[in-house]
Amino acid sequence: MEEGWVIGKCNAFIIAGSAGSLNVLLQVLPDLNVAIAFPIIIIVHRRHGADSLLPALLSARTGLIVKEADEKEKILPGTIYIAPSDYHLLIEQDETFSLDYSEKINYSRPSIDATFQTAAEVYKTGLHCLLLSGSNADGVNGMKTVKAWGGMALIQDPESAQVSYMPEQAKQQVAIDRILAVEDIAEFINLLS
Amino acid sequence: MEIASITDEQVEMLLSDILERYGYDFTGYSRASLKRRISRLYGLDQALGFAEFRYKILNDQVYFKRFVEQITVNVTEMFRDPSFFKTLREDVLPKLGTYPLIRIWLAGCATGEEAYSISIILKELNLLHKSLIYATDLNPLVLEKAEQRVFAMAQMKQYSENYILSGGTMDFSSYYTASYSLAKFDEELKQKIIFSTHNLVSDRSFNEFQLILCRNVLIYFERDLQHNVLDLFDNSLEDLGYLALGTKETIEFSRIAKRYKRLPGEKVWRKVG
Repeated sequence: MEEGWVIGKCNAFIIAGSAGSLNVLLQVLPDLNVAIAFPIIIIVHRRHGADSLLPALLSARTGLIVKEADEKEKILPGTIYIAPSDYHLLIEQDETFSLDYSEKINYSRPSIDATFQTAAEVYKTGLHCLLLSGSNADGVNGMKTVKAWGGMALIQDPESAQVSYMPEQAKQQVAIDRILAVEDIAEFINLLS
Repeated sequence: MEIASITDEQVEMLLSDILERYGYDFTGYSRASLKRRISRLYGLDQALGFAEFRYKILNDQVYFKRFVEQITVNVTEMFRDPSFFKTLREDVLPKLGTYPLIRIWLAGCATGEEAYSISIILKELNLLHKSLIYATDLNPLVLEKAEQRVFAMAQMKQYSENYILSGGTMDFSSYYTASYSLAKFDEELKQKIIFSTHNLVSDRSFNEFQLILCRNVLIYFERDLQHNVLDLFDNSLEDLGYLALGTKETIEFSRIAKRYKRLPGEKVWRKVG
């Protein structure tokens, strides 16, 4: 970890990605500290209908609770929530989830932008957002909102990404706070607790 | 997409203005989605400022109609969630087939895709002649579109796949006539559908039904409003009738839950007591 890096308080950590991001999640989750003091929210683009396996797949890699986010569910620390397929996952001011079946954004539902943007207004400076490998620019506009509300913008090192377009676009358009190598992601998250 | 352009306070101001001026009550809607949609419209229409935007909503009836259309979610498709429509086809509707008249309420029907989907299944089960589908929405503009029976040709491949997955065995294209980029569905499929405005927030029960469908509407409502709407459905459903919700919605934790028994695997509940 970089010397002199001031780590702000983390109230929520969102990890999002598209093509090539699942492998990163499978690598990161086993190294996460199970006593994490904030919620982790995962948004992964995937085909509608092919999703019910994802919570089980990720759950097998960590001692943390992993579940699909339910509408109106209170967002609790120490839990990993996964956006259900074919709905946008939004965060309400009372720190609950809501679901939205409106138009796709960037050809995507769930859209990373939608979650980043609504989370930014709720968690403000306590929000950390990490964009992983992906083949479109969903999430980049959302990161701009996150920055505008004082949150932290993080990306997987595009060099290490299976598909570098998504983190690369974020890097070009947003003042990124931190570029993380895959093997450093878990440690970075653990140190925020 | 401009998102932070409208503040929470401005949203609240608009909602109370609209309630007072038009009697439309959006104050029980979940805010994150509503705020996104209001901000989107505000950005799209490039109003000069919030004051002008507000003035237009309150004084221009045509613009207000557009506002309602834009801030409510009207995204729908035919035979969405095929396994749900398979349950309707193979379990729910055959059971209702013993009634002399089958009354169905499709609440929040938007542009009508689900109403025509149900109509197709009823026709194939030979029940359409003795069925009535009340398809309602708060938004008159989407109902006008629903009445026209016209959908984008580009969607038909997806709808046909959904139809087959839901247990349909006919040639899906036999239900519409293609004309350039549009598909017009047969008049026969509309004969038993009554499209009508109804606001789940403020309007009362208007009939008794054996099947009520309201899929992906409750997700936009806050908890209290969800409970009120579930009470409304309960009051509008005959004993042994069915209530169908969206795949991420539930009656669990509601006041009506104890009188209902869920069908395995689907978001369909039967009123049992």
